Amino acid sequence: MMLSVKLSALKESRAHEYVLRFMFGGACTVLAGVIAKRFGPEVGGLFLAFPAIFPAGASLIESHEKRRKREAGMNGTRRGREAASLDAAGAALGAIGLVGFAAVVWFGLSRWNAAGVIAGATAVWSLVSVGLWMLRRHRHVHMPR
Amino acid sequence: MGRRGAMQELLVRFAIGGVVVSLFAMLGDVFRPKSFAGLFGAAPSIALATLGLTIAHDGKGYAAVEARSMILGAAAFCLYAASVSWALMRYKRSTLATTLTLMPVWLGTSVGVLLLALVRR
Repeated sequence: MMLSVKLSALKESRAHEYVLRFMFGGACTVLAGVIAKRFGPEVGGLFLAFPAIFPAGASLIESHEKRRKREAGMNGTRRGREAASLDAAGAALGAIGLVGFAAVVWFGLSRWNAAGVIAGATAVWSLVSVGLWMLRRHRHVHMPR
Repeated sequence: MGRRGAMQELLVRFAIGGVVVSLFAMLGDVFRPKSFAGLFGAAPSIALATLGLTIAHDGKGYAAVEARSMILGAAAFCLYAASVSWALMRYKRSTLATTLTLMPVWLGTSVGVLLLALVRR
């Protein structure tokens, strides 16, 4: 499957699902700050990579896929689970990019301008994540089974 | 910082975190295939939402220590997400049940390795 952008997918999410994501995101950000204040930056830092929104996001993907199949007259349970599994495989690659992001911030903050370091770290996350995804896809397409 | 100031900071964190996490989630919604969209599930959303505030209030040194621990948290996230991907295909349970049941993989790995590193220091 080619990489594509489907803006109409935004209409598939219902209003309460957007609210849920906002609340989860806000709550986890507050939680990370509170834990850092209470237990120090070493423990608090772990929670900057807390997979907080991931369960909700993966569940939404499963329910969207099931809904789509149900509308086409099929069950969709298996397809929903497969879609969530693929999403999780992508998140595993994104998490390796997240290691790169954190390493750049750790190394760069004491040396360079903070805004530049954060922008650079975000670029590293994008490059590592997308690079690994492309590599995996290339292997998947070209490797003999 | 007074009680009122602390409350304001929490509200600002909540609002920024909500917006940044929602934006990355929306990016994940619009991309296809699903494995590519999944990358955004591990976007640095919480870090982007909080690092600026942390640097402003506690300084670059404090934020750098957080980032060093974040490396462990992110590695644990990779293990957790890979476990979820495998378990969803292997055990045929619902996604919510699987993701929540396996959450101790993230917590155990990240806290365990951090404690090990602190003890050995």
